[in-house]
Amino acid sequence: MSEKWNIILRIYRQKEGEAPHMDNFQMEVNPDEYVIDAVERAWAFHDRTICFRHACHHSTCGACGMRVNGVEKLTCITLIRDVTYDGATLKVEPLRNFPVVSDLAVDMGLFYRKMEKVDARAVLPVTEAEIENPPRKWASEDSEYIRLSDCIECGLCISACPIMATTPEYLGPAPLAAAQDHGIHRKPELLSIVDCEDGVWRCHSAFECTAVCPSFVDPARRIMDLRKQVVGTRLSKLIGKA
Amino acid sequence: MATTRNQPSARRFWSWFIPIRRDIGSWAFALNRITALGLTFYLFLHLIVLGLLAQGPGAYDSFLALTENPFIKLGEWAVVAAAILHGLNGIRIVLTSFGVGVTRQKQLFYGFMVIAIVVILFFTTKMYIG
Repeated sequence: MSEKWNIILRIYRQKEGEAPHMDNFQMEVNPDEYVIDAVERAWAFHDRTICFRHACHHSTCGACGMRVNGVEKLTCITLIRDVTYDGATLKVEPLRNFPVVSDLAVDMGLFYRKMEKVDARAVLPVTEAEIENPPRKWASEDSEYIRLSDCIECGLCISACPIMATTPEYLGPAPLAAAQDHGIHRKPELLSIVDCEDGVWRCHSAFECTAVCPSFVDPARRIMDLRKQVVGTRLSKLIGKA
Repeated sequence: MATTRNQPSARRFWSWFIPIRRDIGSWAFALNRITALGLTFYLFLHLIVLGLLAQGPGAYDSFLALTENPFIKLGEWAVVAAAILHGLNGIRIVLTSFGVGVTRQKQLFYGFMVIAIVVILFFTTKMYIG
């Protein structure tokens, strides 16, 4: 028989033209279910007007990113056991730094446009991917093989970034990580996009993007690496001109 | 139609100073901002005090007598502590900004903060015990 917990699910509610408020839903859950299951249960058995985004339920689509007890989580892979306890509250809010469309659903349009601006890759040649234990030397035909990019464009890093909270023009962790994924040497036109006030130099090293990333993209490390690429490219150009 | 309440805005700068439930990187980020603001405030105060020199030795000497006040002494201690914390945290940021120890940034922070505490304790004993 599975374990049962009684929790209070607190869901952020906001419809167009209305002031935001929290709705409480008392429910019995299995602590080994995921947070998205609790939200779906609230929708199915308590209030069909709760609006939230979800699709794959296995951390591939990146649709169900929310703030769980104040921290950005991909709710389809976040166990209830890991974020609350029996008899306690589980607070679910929309991601920060995105306009709220309705309740937990946010408008990610601007974020997607920034990803397009750096031409973020959904798939990439396996020879260019950061993988564990890559072969010392790739065979020429290996570049024909492709793999999915690690970033699932869930927006958790955008929500967690303290600089993003105050600077909407900032490109943000995921787009900068996508630019690093290309590499300036492979895509020189990225230089002017990332080497600017709201590009790679706007990051203030809070490392929160890496802390919340559910897909091990490690945006902070990539941003620092991109800085090295920018400085290297600038120095090469300077020496080349001299 | 989306709401505007949740969108980025310069007015949300206060969120920088509330790293509750956040990872250690955010605490380091907040610490750097708080110490930076404190040091900037001190810089203005310092310039005002230096301005007393223009009013003659009497005005400056009377200020120096004020520095024996325990609250002023505590303020001096806070300035030194903030400078040590800000400086060492800054070294960590410079290192990680160019790829040195990025994946070990938490350990770097803990390490530098241990050094900061030791230096602050040393300074405290020198200041209050002699």
